[in-house]
Amino acid sequence: MTDMEQLRQSLLKIDDNLASCMRCGNCQAVCPVFAQTHREADVARGKIVLLQNLAYELIKDPKGVEERLTRCLLCGACQANCSTGVKTLDIFVEARIALTQYLKLSPLKKLIFQSLLTHPKLFSNALKTGSVFQGLILRKQKNAQHTATAPLLKPFLGGRYVPTLPSKQLTQKYGVLTGDNTKQYNVIFYPGCMSEKIYTQIGDAVLKILRHYKVGVIMPDDFSCCGLPALASGDKIGYDTLVKNNIKVFERIDPENSANYIVSACPSCTETLHKWWTQLSENYSEKEKEKLKAISVKAIDMHTFLYDILKVDTTNAKAKDNAKVITYHDSCHLKKSLGVAKEVRELMKLNENYILKEMAESDKCCGCGGSFTLTQPELSEAIGNRKWQNIVNTGADEVVAACPACMMQIADMLGRHHTNMKIRHSLEILAESLD
Amino acid sequence: MDISITKGLGMISKSLIAEFETLLGKENVLSDETDRQSYSFDAAVLEFVTPALVVFPTNTEQLGQIVKKCYDEGLQITVRGAGSNLSGGTIPDSENTVVIATGKLNKILEINEEDLYAVVEPGVVTAQFASQVAAKGLFYPPDPGSQTISTLGGNIAENAGGLRGLKYGVTKDYVLGLEFYDFEGELVKSGARTVKCVTGYNLAGMMIGSEGTLGVISKAILKLIPPPKASKAMMAVFDDVQKASEAVAGIIAAHVLPCTLEFLDHATINYVEEDKKIGLPKDADALLLIEVDGHLGQVADEAVIVEKVLKECGATDIHVAQNEEEKAKIWAGRRNALPALARLRPTTVLEDATVPRSKIPAMVKALNEIAKKYNVQMGTFGHAGDGNLHPTILCDRRDHEEFVRVEAAVDEIFNVALALNGTLSGEHGIGTAKAKWMEKETSRGTIMFSRRLRKALDPKGLFNTQKMVGI
Repeated sequence: MTDMEQLRQSLLKIDDNLASCMRCGNCQAVCPVFAQTHREADVARGKIVLLQNLAYELIKDPKGVEERLTRCLLCGACQANCSTGVKTLDIFVEARIALTQYLKLSPLKKLIFQSLLTHPKLFSNALKTGSVFQGLILRKQKNAQHTATAPLLKPFLGGRYVPTLPSKQLTQKYGVLTGDNTKQYNVIFYPGCMSEKIYTQIGDAVLKILRHYKVGVIMPDDFSCCGLPALASGDKIGYDTLVKNNIKVFERIDPENSANYIVSACPSCTETLHKWWTQLSENYSEKEKEKLKAISVKAIDMHTFLYDILKVDTTNAKAKDNAKVITYHDSCHLKKSLGVAKEVRELMKLNENYILKEMAESDKCCGCGGSFTLTQPELSEAIGNRKWQNIVNTGADEVVAACPACMMQIADMLGRHHTNMKIRHSLEILAESLD
Repeated sequence: MDISITKGLGMISKSLIAEFETLLGKENVLSDETDRQSYSFDAAVLEFVTPALVVFPTNTEQLGQIVKKCYDEGLQITVRGAGSNLSGGTIPDSENTVVIATGKLNKILEINEEDLYAVVEPGVVTAQFASQVAAKGLFYPPDPGSQTISTLGGNIAENAGGLRGLKYGVTKDYVLGLEFYDFEGELVKSGARTVKCVTGYNLAGMMIGSEGTLGVISKAILKLIPPPKASKAMMAVFDDVQKASEAVAGIIAAHVLPCTLEFLDHATINYVEEDKKIGLPKDADALLLIEVDGHLGQVADEAVIVEKVLKECGATDIHVAQNEEEKAKIWAGRRNALPALARLRPTTVLEDATVPRSKIPAMVKALNEIAKKYNVQMGTFGHAGDGNLHPTILCDRRDHEEFVRVEAAVDEIFNVALALNGTLSGEHGIGTAKAKWMEKETSRGTIMFSRRLRKALDPKGLFNTQKMVGI
């Protein structure tokens, strides 16, 4: 079978999914990329037609189709808004895998996904070294976001305002945590790369909250990346390696017996553990599949755990008279994929020092989309600017998100506009109010 | 899958592409095959045709320049708003077609609160416009099903309808004036910012519903009205569609014009209920969803009259919404009708044959017989108040044998609608989908007259050539 034939066969496997699109175009109403470009190939309907045409040999340019597919944040707005229930995220992820298999991964992505991320110790050490020497490259900015610019890295980062690396990574700081049998609840904390290596304050907040609510915590120091960045780039090889690394860790810590839930403060990680790990395990061993099923059932967002499982009571929460105003951005993976929105708002109420003022389009994507921000910098910035505008229009003192990737993007936008406004994780707001 | 795609750049030369790029900017001209293929379709279930070029004007003057250039070069022109058309009106005619995409002509130029009108560019999205108008305390009633994406230019070119047609009319009832470019790229103006205007031919009226065959709309003056102060929604259950239809006639005979008067047939009720579990009565033969609006007192009076008529006509159950939440619940049934049907099978063929109100029972009966005769899966819902039904056939286009039966069923639906003194299309337009039926509903003379009109205004026959009556 030729490579092209193989590509077609992989696309034909999702043909039923593709055919379920009635091309009504309602995805145009919610797609952040389409709002910028007004192009059909940028919206789900257009992409689906291109994939069908590729599968049925009506177009012979896989590269062209792949380029259009990457102009998508995988924010899931189209899926959430689709009246006929087309599984667009499944389509786009599977299609990216098929196209990457055909077109091969770029050497840089291969290096990152297949060599760096798959070796957690190497990845950690790289960033530890980075933390020591970042002063040489980064130009720290005196802003509320504590970001820096990197003129030397301009070819990679453009004019971005990036987070600086913490002096200690999360597991360096807390060591390995093994749970507590005396507690009613034990959870496995999956920090994800961002809370482990960049925004460790989110990890601090999670651990503080769990301690406050007397929940035992299991936190190993050798989790790998959840694999979503590799997956979004269609790199099934890198993705599989990462998932299998993680399966080994989970086999050791045995979530079936040791923990009630697996929690994360990164909705992208949670969504990946919950959905993609089982959904894309077709070629795994039965034993691995069993493990992934067990993980999927237990993987929930930290807010869900607090609000729905622990039933943290927010009924009497009330902001002080002189409370600072915060505004909240709904992360795509949290609201659209995991359906968590009210929970975050309720939990933040427990900090009486803050009062929430809703921004317009709070659940419109911030424009990060993982590597989208690197491969489509102009679109990412344009979409981010709209988010920035909605944020500053509220006149709030601070902005809050419940996803580290969104925080990074919003911090970048605030930095570029010289808006001296803090960006924090919702769990930081909650943690601040607890003893 | 029998989708034919034409390839290549047709008659477009590289130098002509460069000219368009100079005129519009490089980012506003799409010539790559992949991009062009994404403009080969709209929401109609028809064959795809890939255009030669897609251009995005960013100001209305460019529309005239584009038309002139296309005309000089003998290139066909298809104007596209959101591409939500259900009759193929925005599918290119051939590989020599230039698609003019109006998405970037999306400025609301004026909302005049004193004189109750607005001036818009053609690419403004209907729902966004309606919400901007509402924010100023005014009301733009036309609400086609695709309103969250459809453009006002497209609405005008198709004379789009919606749920509020019975009481508030359709798009044509809100167009005070239009500007458009003719085949020479000259600007034509018709109508004014006034309710009355008889200056010259009613060219704006001619352009409404012309499906892109006479010129390119560049600006519209739209009428706005004060919004109703109150409304009340109710749902009535019937064990016989005949009784539901009598109720519809009865309500109107009692001189109540509900703002919406919607109908769901037995099949649709069951599909929605299976999909959404919102508590619809699965054994009902028909449901009517009714909303009256106006002043508080008027709403209360009319609601009483409607309830009385519903009872007299034998409604087995009537549920009047007591608050916003219950109202939303009533409308959830209607809103979910098409999605619930569309989820059943890959391909959704949505028709809009329309009959006089009194013929609804005959039409529903015929539709059920047609579904049985051709062994196709069908659900019917729609705007009972204006006889505009949406028989919806669920199928899989990839199954050739099945699709032949679907096409035969659709043909018979048109036959029945015409036999009942109805019309081919209440609001979706003729496009290419129903062009072959035009003469049957109208007359040979109508076709010839329309063609002569077109020939005069489009001597080379380049504006959406195959749509409606041909040229």
